[in-house]
Formats: sequence, structure tokens, C-alpha cells
Amino acid sequence: MSPAGGARKPRRQPRAGRAAHRVGPLVGGKRAAAALDVDALLDDRRTEIIVCCGSGGVGKTTTAAALALRAAERGRSVVVLTIDPARRLAQSLGLSALDNTPATVDAGPAVEAAGGRLDAMMLDMKRTFDEVVEAHASPEKAEQMLTNPFYVALSSSFAGTQEYMAMEKLGQLYARKDRGWDLIVVDTPPSRSALDFLDAPEHLSSLLDGRFIRLLIAPARGPVRLLSTGVGVVTNVLSKVLGAQVLRDLQTFIAAFDTLFGGFRQRAERTYALLQAPQTAFVVVATPEPDALREAAYFVERLGEDKMPLAGLVLNRVTGSSAPALSRERALEAAEQLRDGLSDGGESEHAAVEGLLRLHAERAGSRARQLRLVRRFIAAHPWVAATAVPALPGDVHDVDGLRRIGELLSRADAGVDEDVA
Amino acid sequence: MRAVYARVMSEWPHVRLHVVTGKGGTGKTTVAAALALALASSGQQVLLCEAEGRQGIARLFDVPPLPYEERSVALGSEGGEVHALAIDPEAALLEYLDMYYHLGRAGRALDRFGVVDFVTTIAPGLRDVLLTGKVYEAYRRRHKKDKTSVYDAIVLDAPPTGRITRFLNVNTEVAGLAKMGPIRNQADSIMDVLRSEGTAVHLVTLLEDMPVQETLDAAEELDAIGLQVGALIVNQLRMSPLDDDTRKALGDQRLAAPALVGALADAGLPGRGVAVSAEDLAEDLVTAGAEHVERLTLEAALRETVERSGRPVCTLPLLTDGVDLGAMYELAESLCAQGLA
Repeated sequence: MSPAGGARKPRRQPRAGRAAHRVGPLVGGKRAAAALDVDALLDDRRTEIIVCCGSGGVGKTTTAAALALRAAERGRSVVVLTIDPARRLAQSLGLSALDNTPATVDAGPAVEAAGGRLDAMMLDMKRTFDEVVEAHASPEKAEQMLTNPFYVALSSSFAGTQEYMAMEKLGQLYARKDRGWDLIVVDTPPSRSALDFLDAPEHLSSLLDGRFIRLLIAPARGPVRLLSTGVGVVTNVLSKVLGAQVLRDLQTFIAAFDTLFGGFRQRAERTYALLQAPQTAFVVVATPEPDALREAAYFVERLGEDKMPLAGLVLNRVTGSSAPALSRERALEAAEQLRDGLSDGGESEHAAVEGLLRLHAERAGSRARQLRLVRRFIAAHPWVAATAVPALPGDVHDVDGLRRIGELLSRADAGVDEDVA
Repeated sequence: MRAVYARVMSEWPHVRLHVVTGKGGTGKTTVAAALALALASSGQQVLLCEAEGRQGIARLFDVPPLPYEERSVALGSEGGEVHALAIDPEAALLEYLDMYYHLGRAGRALDRFGVVDFVTTIAPGLRDVLLTGKVYEAYRRRHKKDKTSVYDAIVLDAPPTGRITRFLNVNTEVAGLAKMGPIRNQADSIMDVLRSEGTAVHLVTLLEDMPVQETLDAAEELDAIGLQVGALIVNQLRMSPLDDDTRKALGDQRLAAPALVGALADAGLPGRGVAVSAEDLAEDLVTAGAEHVERLTLEAALRETVERSGRPVCTLPLLTDGVDLGAMYELAESLCAQGLA
């Protein structure tokens, strides 16, 4: 799963290769980013799935929940699938890890007045996996599978399982038309790389479908002549390194998984196709920091390659602009001037203004740095519509906080173009 | 406060392996790199390892992507040096096979059959054994001649807090798969080092709700599995340019914008080229100041929560100009001053 490891596989090479050919826009064109019209996206009944993705710590979960709440307040019947919400947010949404199914959130009168609904759930990765096994295997096979140590390890801690199960759950929710949702908002797992969840199903299926699997289960099935020297070496090494017991467990696991596997692969492919469908919209979430924007850039490019519909970019925690007419330099200069006059205990107003001017200079400096980074991103990806959410003084942990984020996401001047153009 | 910092490193005189973790976005890679620089500046040979394949270290030190090979990336004073290594589990497996089983060619055969990919991804315990196993190998490596340790200190940029306990608790992970056999023995030896006085796990956090909560949870989980928790490192600590009186006045909403117009005029503001009225400018400055104070108040409460844990706490300042190599030296100096290196 690691990008470094993956890069060694020919299968994953093309992505890196293609990325090298990325071509930017012609130099000198107008580079204003289009504003992402969040309300239009939410109001469009053709939007049935919104996937929020981005690197860790950029506010994906909050963004997903805020979008879901706003959609519900605009009359949609929404279910939001969160992966790992902050405890207080989870509590205020009434989410518990216990049931692995959506429950209706008491989101205030606005939702009801608009005829909408907000359901929410938190992904339980192991449980989702167990349910898939139980649904697709005979009771005896399922039992055998659920207690196999390899299955237990795979379903509870494989780095890609969470990604895979998030997509599995999305497929399940989408299939439940009877629950009456017309919009599903999905948060994605905090992966090492934001791209992991796109690759997880494919990687898992190729692992379980690979040459090695056929090789390992061959002795159990086929005639002995299938055992080429290669197989001999492999099983020999494995039993040496892992121990014979581990090898036996592994073989049992694979034999059991193999019969299940047709179904897994098909489902992975269906979910992948769903992600490419026009009713899906990806929202890439980032903060105006180099690492987060780099991940966002990979993501935007990858979505393009895989023909997945991108709605736009949400930039969280942008330092707000106050008193834009006063430049950083001028503020610092004025602060110096005041300090010189402050030598022996001047008026408290002078000290206050000096401090406030320095604070202004700091904020203006951060903001300028952030906008430089965003401008570069937009220059390289001019087709990406964007919206910016200013950094809030407090943390978001209740429905009111989410509503506020929703308002900020969709306010008319939320685009970044007026800052960046 | 000073007293808390001074005792930081004296609490763990034997630590040679520093594991650095934190929630995504808290800057754990930056802190790990700064810690490596701090250790190297006192003349130590330091190995900085990356376990997640993101090449964050290469970017911080402004060098090409790191191969699976130890490379010198920075020189400290007094002969200290930072070497960096990006640990790739697949390469580590092949190296392991070669080292312990002399399986040069057979190892490559395994790779060809997709075994290496399979084993390193699907059996997560194995993956972690390989990653920590490489760290363990570097930790124990000695010079042939005088048998002294090759590295005085090792800093591991580890997976985020959400996965750290599982990552470090390798033998339990593997126990589910292998009750005996070579892999199990390897896992047990690794665990002995991780649980020893020679290892400390430092947790990086920001003064925000979720990272603080996750950090304190992770610290307890680490305690529970017998690992030594090192310092809680509060990263990106906001410094205030406002004096106490002004902060207090803003917090109590006693600072009236109109009263500041005179002082602004003394500073020559708004003045030429600043297209805003003195009243509006004062209003904007006060609003920004009030938000800043609100954030500071929240951060102070979170900081208290962090300190109430009774664990040693270090802080690193928020760098408003972004993190570059020069800034990392500043952070390293700050860690030295606080006794973490």
C-alpha cells in the first residue's frame, strides 16, 4: 500500500508516469479560480453522492458533516458516513460506534421545515467486513473465515481495510433506496496518502487474485506436476520464515477467501464504477499548507485520470483578511513608530495599538503566504473550482458549529478568486 | 514552567530510540527532523527513519527522495551528523531474508511471485515487524572494530497516533498469526527493545480539541502496553504580540475601537495610501484582536489539559513564515533548550 512500495510494481507505474506529463495552462492567461457553488451542488437533485477526500487533519469530517447538514436544511434526505469524528462532534450528532447503521440526527427545526432529513453513522470497519463475509458465505464457511487469524488481522488492522470498507459501506448505503436517502455524503479515512482509498479495492483484489494465491492453493487442488521449482522455493521459504503453522493458516485463509472472492471483486468494481458515475461529486479538502495542497494536487490529477467527477476544492482554515487596505509592511512600520514613542510607559492605547498592528502584520503575512500557495495550485489546476473557509477562533463540535461552517462554505464571496486573481 | 522542561531528558537518561508520533497535520515529521538535528548538534550520530513512505524527510531537508539506504542529510556541530532512511517494508523483507536466511536469489523469486507484496500488505503484523525490525537492527548495529554503537540515537517518524499502539505492539499483532517460529522470535526481540529504558515515544499535538484528546488517549494506551511515553510536544504554539493588559481588555470586551483612533493617528495611520477610515481600521484591528484572544483562551485551556496529565511537556512556536531548513534549526535549538536533546 505504501506509495514507495507500490511504485515498484509495474501495475502502479503508469500513474507516476502520466503525472510526469502533466501540462499546466498556457502562461499569461487569466488565472482566477471559479468559485465552487456549494448550494448549487447540494440543490442539484442529480447529485446523489458527495465524497470528501484530502490528507489527514485538514477537516474532512467536519466538512462532510457540514455539507450534509446544509443539504438537509435545503430539503434533501441525507445520510453522512463519517470515519473517525472528534469525540464531541460524534456525541453531539448522536453517533456511536455500536451499530454500524445510520441513525437520524436531531439537527434542529430548519431541517424539518425544509422537508429534509439528516442521518449519520460512523464506520465500524471490522463489523462491515464481517457482515460482507456473513452475507456471502455459507454459515460454516463464514465461521471458518471469521476465526482465521489472517482474516482477523486483515479485517481489523490492514492499512487498506478501512478504505476498502468505507467504499463497501458506500455501496451498501447506495443500494438501500428503501431508506429514502437522496444524498449520501462520505468522509474518507485518514490515510497515509489521500489516494489510498481509491487504490485499496484494486490493491486488495489484485492481492487476493494474484499469482501467489493461485500458487499457494495449487497444491491443495491441482495435480502435483503444477508444482514447479518456483513453487517449491516459495513454500519452502515461507515455512522457514513464517513457520509451518502460519503457512497452513494462510492456505486455509486463502482457500476460504477464494470461494468468496468472486463477489468481492465484483463489488469493488461496482463501487469503482459508481465513483465514476455522473451522480457522484468529489470534494477535495485541503488547508493552505504545502503538504495538504500537494496531496490535493495528486488527488485532483488522479480523479482526472480515473475520470471521476470533481466538484471542487474546499480550503479550510484560511487566515481571514481584516483591514486589507493596511499592508503588512506599513503596519510593522507604524508599530515601530509607536514603540519608539512608548519609551517610558506611554498611554495604554498606544501599547494596545502597537500590539494590534503587529498582530495584523502577522496575519497579513500568513495570509499572503497561504495565498501564494493557493495561487500556485490554481495556476497548475485552473479548472478546479474552489471555496475558502476562514480559520475560526474555536473548534467545531456541535450542530450549530456545523451550520456555521456550512454558511461559510456557501457564502457568495467564498471563492478564492478575488484574493488570487 | 521552566522546571518541568529542565527535567525532560534527565527523566530518561538511557533513551537512544526516540519514536515520534502525532495526529495527522500536527507536524510530527517536522518535529522528528528537528529532534534529530537537536541530537546531532551535541555531536551524536543520529539516524532519522521514516516509516510511512511519504518522503517527508527528503522534502524537509531539501534532498532527492530517499532510497532504502542510509544517507547523510545534515551535519551538526562537534562532528554530529543526521543520517536519513526511508524504510520500505518490501525492501526490508528482502534484506531480512538475505541477512538471516541468505536468500538472495530465492528472495527475488518470492518478489516475482508477488509474495513480498502479499505478505507485507495483507499481514499487517508482519509489515510492522519489518518496519520496526529495521529500526531494531540499526539500534543494535555496532562497529566491527571497537563494538561501539554505530548510531548514538535513532529518531523514528512513526505512523500517526491513531495507529501507533498497534504499530509498536508488534509481538501481540504477530502472536495472532504466529505462536512460534522465527518471525515470532524476531517480534519478541524487537518488543524487548521497544519496552526497554532505551526507547521513548514522544507525542506531538496542536492546541486543538481533537489532537489533544487523541494524544492523551494514545499516551494512556502506550502506558498500558508497557511502553515509555516521553514528552508531549505542543507544536505550533501561538505567541501573542499583545501585552497582558490589551489581551485582558479584549477578552472582557473593554477595548473600544474609537478610543484607539488617536493612537493610530500617532502612528501615522491611516495616512497616505491606506484606503480606509481611521474608525473602520480601528474596528477591524479590534475584531481581529478579539478573535485572537478567543483562540488564545481556548488554547490556554487545552494547554492546561495537556499539563494536567502530569507528563513532561515541550513547546515549539508557530512559524508564521512556514517551515524551511533554517526554521528547522530554530526548532531544534528550542528542543535543546528545553532539555529534549
